[in-house]
Amino acid sequence: MTFEPKIVGFLCNWCSYTGADLAGTARIKYAPNIRSVRVMCSGRIEPTFIIKALFEGADGVLIAGCHPGDCHYQEGNYKALRRHRLLQRILPEYGVEPERVRLEWIAASEGERFATIVNEFTEQIRELGPLGVKESLAEAMKDDIDHHEEHIEESGAANEA
Amino acid sequence: MSERIGVYVCHCGTNIAGKVDIDKVVEFAKGLDDVTLVREYKFMCSDPGQSLIQKDIEDGLINRVVVASCSPLMHEKTFRNVCTRGGLNEYLFAMANIREQCSWVHVDEAQTTEKAKDLIEASVRRVALQVPLTKREVPINPQTLVIGGGIAGIQAALDLADAGKKVILIEKEPSIGGHMAKFDKTFPTLDCSACILTPKMVSVGQHENIELLSWSEVEDISGYVGNFNIKIRKKARYVDAELCNGCGACWEKCPGTRVPRKGNVHEKLSLGPTTSIYMPFMQAVPAIPVIDTETCIRFKNGKCGICAAVCERNAIKYDMEDEIVEFEVGNIILATGFQTFDPEPVKRYGYGRFDNVMTAIEFEIMNCASGNTGGKILMADGKEPKSIGIVHCVGSRDKHYNEYCSRVCCMYALKYSHLIKEKIDAEVYEFYIDLRCFGKGYEEFYDRLLGEDVRFVRGKVAEVTEVPIEEAEKGKLVVEVEDTLVGMVRRIPLDMVVLCTGLEAHESLPDVAGLCSVSIGKDGFVIEKHPKLGPVATATDGVFIAGCCQSPKDIPDTVAQASAASSAVLSMITREKIEIESATASVDEDKCSGCKLCNSLCPYLAIKYDEEKGVSVVNEALCKGCGTCAAGCPSNAISAKHFEDRQIFAEIKGILSA
Repeated sequence: MTFEPKIVGFLCNWCSYTGADLAGTARIKYAPNIRSVRVMCSGRIEPTFIIKALFEGADGVLIAGCHPGDCHYQEGNYKALRRHRLLQRILPEYGVEPERVRLEWIAASEGERFATIVNEFTEQIRELGPLGVKESLAEAMKDDIDHHEEHIEESGAANEA
Repeated sequence: MSERIGVYVCHCGTNIAGKVDIDKVVEFAKGLDDVTLVREYKFMCSDPGQSLIQKDIEDGLINRVVVASCSPLMHEKTFRNVCTRGGLNEYLFAMANIREQCSWVHVDEAQTTEKAKDLIEASVRRVALQVPLTKREVPINPQTLVIGGGIAGIQAALDLADAGKKVILIEKEPSIGGHMAKFDKTFPTLDCSACILTPKMVSVGQHENIELLSWSEVEDISGYVGNFNIKIRKKARYVDAELCNGCGACWEKCPGTRVPRKGNVHEKLSLGPTTSIYMPFMQAVPAIPVIDTETCIRFKNGKCGICAAVCERNAIKYDMEDEIVEFEVGNIILATGFQTFDPEPVKRYGYGRFDNVMTAIEFEIMNCASGNTGGKILMADGKEPKSIGIVHCVGSRDKHYNEYCSRVCCMYALKYSHLIKEKIDAEVYEFYIDLRCFGKGYEEFYDRLLGEDVRFVRGKVAEVTEVPIEEAEKGKLVVEVEDTLVGMVRRIPLDMVVLCTGLEAHESLPDVAGLCSVSIGKDGFVIEKHPKLGPVATATDGVFIAGCCQSPKDIPDTVAQASAASSAVLSMITREKIEIESATASVDEDKCSGCKLCNSLCPYLAIKYDEEKGVSVVNEALCKGCGTCAAGCPSNAISAKHFEDRQIFAEIKGILSA
């Protein structure tokens, strides 16, 4: 069986998710490998989301936000950029190629661009192959993730209470 | 767990069902944790579709809802309302986008079906962890800000003011009126533009409910729907508006020149005085002159002062400074209008090189009775042209410049033909690609022109040149064009060429749109809330659009959209209150270490440090729920409601579970 990469997209509500919707409205076809998570702003995307996605079996992660200067919340995309830069430096430490996590600016009007990027990225990940270090990554990051999960489950329970 | 999740899979006719195997998806959803019932329906958004959900909630069968259908941007609100009607908190609902981001964009049915399953599982896992939130209600300030004083802004402001609501109308030029004030006649009725516009301008100036701020620009906009805070820069006019009576003595004596000298008849193509202290045109509202500091001799070397000397009311104030004024408004109407395409980069049309190649706006001003030629059509040497060529689609329908059609050029070009025939009976050529006479009475106007001896040549003009090949071309402008109806290249010698420059969004639009958090499309115009069903609203609540900032349009369409925008605002004001997003951030005080990192991350200054408690606190009224603080908090003390870590983690797990 050929390798079909699994890609998780984190899209900001105002620009990139709308842009992805526009690709749909315009019926532009692209690779079916991406599944998106909508967040209000790319500034909401924590590095742990990306690690979690890789940890759960994603072969690549696309982060997309508004173009610089166009952020609906003024500057959340700059925060996303900073976090992405940092994460790029950490990923090799875990044996993950930094190219597996891509940051793009996609405007609400750029449906075609969204489709092109997804196609390109899917091919790029296909070439990189499956994230072979999934198991070792799991081992290496087990403590971090488990700790984090405990943490958020507590906070979730606290919120509900 | 006690969660009882209902999953509703929409066929959307064949939009989804044509690419997604609904039966398989339904079977799959039935096997997911906590899912108690799965239903499918042809159109979930229809009345019977909505009733299905409402009934299940009322019957106590479910306490969480997942609808797998179109984008949440399309129908999230619809289904949230269904939940509310059924008595379920609307935040216990999640949507799986299996149309825009699934069935519409992928080819292989098996893969599309797999993706739909993953998206549904993600939503099911997420909804299980969602918590009820209470909607916040905020009052709506009945005052409205209208940005732009062209016909769109004027109409919107008058509609609101006539309904008894206060309006602040700001215009960056010295007078309101916009482009319409520069026109002589309007197509196709040939109404005198000034005659129909001036009364409206005067009512704006006199209306007790309108505060008109001309020669002013928006400096800053903050806040949210119902409660915007506006900062406006009133640029220094150097003329005291209270004292000036618009007598005109100042510009009559002013030795400065605002309009660049060309050394020919065309040099003074301006409606108002060409001096440094000037009124943009005689019917200006407010009728108060402005000093152009770029060309004023006093401002350049301090040596003049004639205007101050001749002003009997001592209204000239050289030491005037810009002033910042602040307002609170509930809604904003953007009506920033258009600018015409600058044909200078299109070298082959010779604009800027040849005296008698003019833009549409210049020709418009020349035709205007209050212009400096008194409405006469003249060549640069002062003679009447014997033949005029009108070149369509300059900067429109051209992939090098603007791909879109500017909509109005065909019609104003026909109007020019008529005016030329009426005034000087010169020979007129219209060089067009297609004639688009789409409006009421437009085709009839074209038909009338066919009988007025106007030559129509179908073809895009290749070049305007002064280089003659034949004797008859000497001293003329030669238009080279492929006449596609005859099937040959023609060279037509003419005295004057008018370029029908297309419409572009005004250069000030990106800045203003940025301040209102409104998106601009790749064509440069504002993206409306929905291209069909939300043409006057934007993605930002409380910000509406009217006129050419949305797309090129003619005067009737602009006026209609302006009235639509003002009625949308009125309906907001009449409501008095509006519910706003409750998905804000909140700080867990037990976890907060008081590092203050979030304080500086928040773009709205909504997080403040509580010195007494030693923790940071979110001001919910200011928080817009972007979640940047939650992502940045090193001790995980901030949670972004409805976008909590555990909810997003669950979504990721669901997406990748297959």
